[in-house]
Order: sequence, then structure tokens, then C-alpha cells
Amino acid sequence: MDKFISLKGVAAPLPIVNIDTDMIIPKQFLKTIKRTGLGISLFYEMRYDHQGQEIKDFILNTSPFNQSKILVAGNNFGCGSSREHAPWSLKDFGITCIISTSFADIFYNNCFQNGILPIVVSPENSKKLMSLAVDQKEFEIDLPSQSISVGGEKIGFEIEEYRKQRLLEGLDDISITMNYEQNITDYESQQKKNKPWIFKDIK
Amino acid sequence: MNTGSPKTLFDKIWTDHLVKQRDDGTSLLYIDKHLVHEVTSPQAFEGLKISNRPVRRPSATVAVADHNVPTINRENIKDEQSRIQVQTLANNTKEHGIEYFELTDRRQGIVHIIGPEQGITQPGMTIVCGDSHTSTHGAFGALAFGIGTSEVEHVLATQTIVQKPAKNMRISVNGALPFGVTSKDLILYIIGQIGTAGGNGHVIEYAGSSVQSLSMEARMTICNMSIEAGARAGLISPDQTTFDYLKGRPYAPAEEYWAKALEYWSTLPSDADAHYDKEIIINSLEIDPMVTWGTSPEDVVSVQGLVPDPSSAKTENKKKSMERSLEYMGLTPGTKITDIKLDKIFIGSCTNGRIEDLRNVAAIVKDKKIADHVEGMIVPGSGLVKKQAEEEGLDIILKDAGFDWREAGCSMCLGMNPDQLKPGERCASTSNRNFEGRQGRGGRTHLMSPELAAASAIKGSIADIREFK
Repeated sequence: MDKFISLKGVAAPLPIVNIDTDMIIPKQFLKTIKRTGLGISLFYEMRYDHQGQEIKDFILNTSPFNQSKILVAGNNFGCGSSREHAPWSLKDFGITCIISTSFADIFYNNCFQNGILPIVVSPENSKKLMSLAVDQKEFEIDLPSQSISVGGEKIGFEIEEYRKQRLLEGLDDISITMNYEQNITDYESQQKKNKPWIFKDIK
Repeated sequence: MNTGSPKTLFDKIWTDHLVKQRDDGTSLLYIDKHLVHEVTSPQAFEGLKISNRPVRRPSATVAVADHNVPTINRENIKDEQSRIQVQTLANNTKEHGIEYFELTDRRQGIVHIIGPEQGITQPGMTIVCGDSHTSTHGAFGALAFGIGTSEVEHVLATQTIVQKPAKNMRISVNGALPFGVTSKDLILYIIGQIGTAGGNGHVIEYAGSSVQSLSMEARMTICNMSIEAGARAGLISPDQTTFDYLKGRPYAPAEEYWAKALEYWSTLPSDADAHYDKEIIINSLEIDPMVTWGTSPEDVVSVQGLVPDPSSAKTENKKKSMERSLEYMGLTPGTKITDIKLDKIFIGSCTNGRIEDLRNVAAIVKDKKIADHVEGMIVPGSGLVKKQAEEEGLDIILKDAGFDWREAGCSMCLGMNPDQLKPGERCASTSNRNFEGRQGRGGRTHLMSPELAAASAIKGSIADIREFK
């Protein structure tokens, strides 16, 4: 997995609440069998008209935000389906940090599987950051010190230590879990004795 | 979690599946059953291939294609990408020795319908699937939640998942459900009360006499939409209704284990004085038949209500979001909900595509015709639901009323297959999400119960089942 350490650049403001995963990446793009190539379809229905032409005033179609690596969005970002295509499309577009007052659980978790940092801030800070984003100020995100620096302000954020370490080192969950192979095998043999019916083969 | 202290159902399942609590605060949780579908699995299998890892327990996994599949003429899937995705699932499951219900198999259907139907879903289990509506299985007292594709790969490789404990929330609904009020109305009402982020970080346990009185299928409708309240999982304590439903199903515990399983299942219900981080109590008499007016499942109103006015919103953000929703929905504040004219009716989905739903719809539309300007479509949740309905003659009643009778799949709930709304079309839908573009770009969705959708199909506009004759 790609590491996330720090990031500098303008942040695209998207002051809409409850941005759901259907808005982030509509269903017609879920038919792919790849993880890549979804960036062009990110926010498809807000970004393109019925003829497939770019909608000029949508934030990610305007310069300099079409190059944004950071998104500042409304409350409850990423609600709805579990589709990992949502973080894949953000990442493929180039966005690797999202700032909101809250995230839906599955989306939040999916971000960390893809080297994306979702940052939760207070409503006051969100308002402040939204307007600094509109003013095209340069944001500096620093994961080791857990801070956002912009327009002379420095705002701290919380992140669980294990998630932070995995992002900083680009660690992959499966290889970590593989170290517990013996624990898994032991658990299985014990449960086979206690609850044999659960181990009935599906075939 | 102290072993001596009173526990919730969630705490018990969690403790029982703990493989390893790690120093970094995360836990490795064992997964008993893994359900796989065509949309969220190809990249997971690809990941296994790249790392040269096998599937740890193919026999704990079952796969089915449901999201992409056409509901008519399905011998040949015309859409090339859909066809490739379905074929990829067939190839991947074959390669790894995973049971796959093919399109021609009677058992094919929506993944969350077939788990319970086959008896794969059982109390006390941990169940995951790369699909947010995995919460459905919580109706059996199983800890079941949706995961992303990276986690699908993790479960395939290790049969475990990395988790931190969720918080416990209990929503108790007490009293008999009023006439015309179903479990769909109950869950829509709850989402309206707590909002789509209300359950974030929590597992919601539904309790109280209203919930206990419901059938398994009605309970599944409630747990199914837990995700729409922001909770990853919903739970209902298993009881005699649960055990009766399971007995004799293909993958239910075999006879020699039944008594032992029953004994274990009976230990699962939450202890009387267990602690909940959040408690909500609802009187069933508060609940009316409910309908959504906007583009979020929390945008609910009584069928007797009016389209709300954004100027009544408490915050500027809420006002803006209401205005955006109303513009998308093409609705004017103050309009009576029962004056909203419809173009399409969709009955189906993992929320309301089971046999009881179809029976309830058939009872309402029997010897009647759906309105001339309305197109109605019924998509059974599985091939077995369809077969059962046909054995009961429900298909004849539904077709006579003017409904299209389709093959099983997710269909217009998310419109990945050809079943979609056209821009501006307005649909009464028994599914779970009314997001912008969900059922087709520009399509307008009103979520409601199958009973309301059936009555609305006849009337041609949204109907109150209580006034329907």
C-alpha cells in the first residue's frame, strides 16, 4: 500500500452534507474488474452533463481545484454502500486527504486500505477550513505531527495510533495478520469442538 | 469486557470470535461465513493472485451474482462489462473451490436473501460480505456487516478481520404496530428520528415487544436498513421465531447438532442489565406508514404529511440540503404526499423482496389493475422466492393486475442492470436508498413499504394503505 506522510496544496471545497458513495462513483462504473482508471468518473453526475460534457462550474472542473489532492466536504461523507470504488476513484483522481466533520464507518475504513487520510475536524474548524479552501490557500497536512497548517492557522486532529502507523509505513493488513496464523488455527480447532455445526461445509 | 459482567448480544458474539486482541488496540475477529458477489470481489481475487495466496476456507464462503444480472432474457448478458464481471466471479470461485450459485440455479438470488433462505445465516455467527446491506443477517442475532474489497481479500486469505469494538445502541419499540404500519415503516421512522449518521460507530440492537412480535422476514427488513442509519450492523436477539425459521433449512445445523446449537443460541440474548452506550425508546403508536420525500433515507414523512418547507430547517446547512433535495425531486413544499403522482413502481430488493412481501402485495392488488400511466415491476429476491410465489399462484394475481414479473436480482434498487429510471421519472420503491441517481440518473425515488407501493400502483399516486379499499 502507498504511504501517507505529508501533503501540500490547495483543497477543493465541497460544502454538501451526506455525500454518498453513489454520488462519489455511480453504479455504472462498478462493473470494472480493476482498481484503477476510476478517477475520470469521480463525482460523475455532478461533474458531467447528460451529453458527457464537463459542467464548467463544478469545483473539480475549475482550476486550480482540478489538481487538488485535498477535499473539504460536508458532514457524514461517504455514507451508503461499501463500494471501495469510492476511495479508488478519489485516489485515481489524485485526492489522498479528505476533511469533514464525520465519515461513514465503512468508507472511513476503506480509505486507510488505500493510503488515503480522512481527517475529522470540529464544525467550527470545518467552517474555517471550508472558507480557506474557497480562498485557494495552500493547505499543509502533516501526519506525524497530526496537523493541518493553512493561512497562518494550525489545526490538530486525532487519529488512532494503529491507523497512523499503517499509513506512515504503508503496511498491508493481510501480511500483518499472517503473523497470527497459529492463533487462527488454534481458534479454529477449539471452535470445531465447541460449535461443530458452524463448520458445516458450504458445497 | 469483563467476563463476569452483564453483556449485550454484541459483546457475546464479539468475545466468542476473538482470535487475538493485539497491543495496538485492534482485534482479530474470526469470520464464520463469507458471502461474495460479482461487483466487490474481482479485485480481491486479483489481489490474492498477485500475492500468490490461497483462500483459507473455501467451504465457509458462498458466491452468487446479483447486482449486474438482467431480470429478463438472462441467458445472454448483453452488457459486455456486466457479462465479464459475472464470468469473472464464476471463474474465480471455480479456481478456488468456492460454492457458486449459477444464474440457472434456482437458488440464485440477492446475496442477503439467499443466506437466510439456505440456513447459512445462524444466530451467534460472524458474517461479512462486500456489501453494506449485510446488516440484514443481524435479524438472526448474527454479527453481520459490510466490508470493502480490501477486507474481502483479507477475509478470503485469513478468515479473519481487523476490528475495534463498536459501541452498543439499543432501540426499543414497544406496543402493537398500528393497522397499516409494517416493519419498513418502523425502520424508516427510526432513521428519520436518529438521522443517517445517528448510528455511526454503533451496532444497533432492536428490542421491545413490537420487534419481538415480528416474523423473521419483517425483522430482516429492519436490520437491512441499519446501514441507512449509519450503523454497520443491526441485531435482534434470537428467539423461538428465529429457531422455527431455521429448522430444516439446507445449511441449518444437522439433526445431531440441533439440540447443541439451540442450547448455545439460547445463551445469546442480551443480559437484562447489560450496558448500552445509547438507548432510544419508541412507542409503536407514534408510527404511521412512512414515505421518503427527499434524497436521503432520513428524509421521511408520514404518508398523511406534506412535503416539508426548507424555511423550517433548524440550520443553514440543513436548509441548503433540503432545497437541493427538493429541486432534484421536483417537489414543491406543502404538497400533500398523497397527491404525488407516480410513473413507476418497483417491488423487490434485499429490503423487501421476500415471499411475505409478495404475498402482502398480491393481497392488495388482487382483482385490481394498476393505474394506466404507471409501470409496475416485481423482482423476487431469489429464484426460490419466485418458485414459491408461483406455487401459490401469486404471479398470476400480480400479472393480472398489470405488473411485470421478473427473474431474481438486485435490479432497480441500484440499476446496475438494465432496470433503471429515466431522468425525471418518479418511482415508489420498496428498496433502501433514495440517493440522487441511485435508480437511474435523474430518477426520483420514494421509499416505502410493499403494502404502500402496491396501493400506490393501483391509485397511480402515493396512497395511504389505511384509506385504501
